[in-house]
Amino acid sequence: MSTYPENFRYTKEHEWVSVGGETSRIGITDHAQKELGDIVYVDLPKVGAALSPGAAFGSVESVKAVSDIYAPVSGEVLAVNEALAATPETLNSDAHGDGWLVEVRLANAGELGGLMTAAQYEAYLGGAAH
Amino acid sequence: MSESVALKATPLNSLHRRLGARMVDFGGWDMPVQYSQVMDEHHTVRQRVGLFDVSHMGEIEIRGPQALALVEHVSTNRAASLEAGQAHYSGLLYEHGGFVDDILVHKVADDHFFLCVNASNQDKDYEHIAAANRFDCTVENAGPRYAQIAVQGPAALATLQKLTAVDLASIRYYWFRDGEVNGVPARIARTGYTGEDGFEVYVAPEAAEPLWLALTAAGGEFGIKPCGLGARNTLRLEAKMALYGHEIDATLTPLEADLAWIVKFGKGDFIGRAALEAQREKGIRRKLAAFEMVGRGIGRDGYEIQIDGRNAGWVTSGGPAPSLGKNIGLCCLPVDKTGIGQTIHVMVRNQPVEARVVAAPFYKRAK
Repeated sequence: MSTYPENFRYTKEHEWVSVGGETSRIGITDHAQKELGDIVYVDLPKVGAALSPGAAFGSVESVKAVSDIYAPVSGEVLAVNEALAATPETLNSDAHGDGWLVEVRLANAGELGGLMTAAQYEAYLGGAAH
Repeated sequence: MSESVALKATPLNSLHRRLGARMVDFGGWDMPVQYSQVMDEHHTVRQRVGLFDVSHMGEIEIRGPQALALVEHVSTNRAASLEAGQAHYSGLLYEHGGFVDDILVHKVADDHFFLCVNASNQDKDYEHIAAANRFDCTVENAGPRYAQIAVQGPAALATLQKLTAVDLASIRYYWFRDGEVNGVPARIARTGYTGEDGFEVYVAPEAAEPLWLALTAAGGEFGIKPCGLGARNTLRLEAKMALYGHEIDATLTPLEADLAWIVKFGKGDFIGRAALEAQREKGIRRKLAAFEMVGRGIGRDGYEIQIDGRNAGWVTSGGPAPSLGKNIGLCCLPVDKTGIGQTIHVMVRNQPVEARVVAAPFYKRAK
C-alpha cells in the first residue's frame, strides 16, 4: 500500500510528474501539502507557458507562508487546474489527484530519468532531515 | 541546525513536543506554531475554546511608594486612572517617540505594578525602565518566575471556572484577580490577543504543566484544543491588534500606528512626550491602515504597496482571515491615503494586485 503512485516521478522539492501518457500532469506531493498545512491560494502559469526544469513556475500559499513550485521537467503548459482558484484546499485533500496543478507536453522525456521513482522518493522522505 | 544560540524554552516545551506540535524559532524562543492546522485552531478559538502557551512573554514588576510615578514616566497611557485589579494597554517609548515595546500594565496595588511585555523585548524593556528609575523603585525582570497560559474563546470562562473558586464572571474585561487556580496561586486576567473573550493566567513555572493538563481536561466537553502561534497571529490580525516588529517598532510612533488612544497628553511628562507633541503639531505623514484584497492574491508582511503606480508604503502584517473568508492586512500609508475605500495595489511577486482600505477591526465578537 503506497501513498505515492508508481506512475509518477518525484523531485527533491516535492513535486510530482505523471508519466506514461500522451501528456503529463504536475503537482505537489502529499508530503508537501502536509508540510505546508492549510493551502489558501494557488498561483499558476498561463496556458502556453514554457516550463524549464528547476525554475519556479508558480506558488502555493498556506495560511502562514508562500512556497514556490519548481518545474520537474521542461515542457509547454497545455492546461492549468482552474478549479484550484476557488477550492485551493483540494491540494490538501487530494494532492496526487484532483489537486494537480498543470498539464504539460514534455519537451524532453529523457529528463524523467533524472527524477525519483515512488520507491526512491519514499526512501528520500524517510532519510530527509526535517 | 546551524551554530546558532540555543533557543529558550518555556516550562511547557516538552509537553508541546509530546503533543506533536510543530516548533519554530520565534524571536529566540522554541515555540509551537501549530498542533493540528492553523485554520482549525483559529476556528476552535472563535467557536469553542483554545489553549495557548504564552510563557515566553516577559513580566516586569515595579514596586515602591513611587511605583505609579515611574510607570507614568515610562508609559503613554494614564496609569493613575487604574484601580487595583485593573489593567490597560500602553506604550513604552523612546525620547524620539518610537516604540520600545507595547505592554499591558496591571495595577496590583498603589505601590505595585505588573507589566506584561513582549518576549523578545523583555531585557530591553527592563533596561529601559531601570534606566528611567529615578523614583527609588524596585524594578524586577521577572519573566523566569512566571509561566502564562491563555484560555481564549466563548467557552474560556466555563473551562477555567472548573479550576478556581474565583468568580470569573465578576472579572470585567481588562481587569484581573489574584486567587488559586488548580490549587496554586495565580493571577487571572480577563485579557487576550485573539479578539475573543478569555483569560490569561500567570502561574509559577512548575505549575504550568499541571495547569495545562487540567485545562485540557476541563475544556474537553467544550472541544478545547491546544493552539499555536500560527492561529494566534491570524486571530490577532482579524482583531487588528498590533504585533511588535510589524505594526509598531522603534521607527513608528503611537500616532502613526493608529494608537493615539493610548497616549494621554493630559497627564504629566513621560518619555517621548515632547516628540509626540511636535508630531501632533506638525501632523503625521503616514499612518497604519487596514486593507482587504480585491484582486486575487495575498498581501504578506513586508510587501510593497503602490498607489497610482508609485511606492506608497508597505504591508505590516497580511494574510488570510479564516473567520471572514477574505485576505486582509494592515499597512503603513501616507495619511491622506488612509480613507475608507481608498484603492491601493499590493505588489505580489512584482505584480500589482488591487486592494482597498477598509474599517478595522476586521472581526468583532458579538457581545
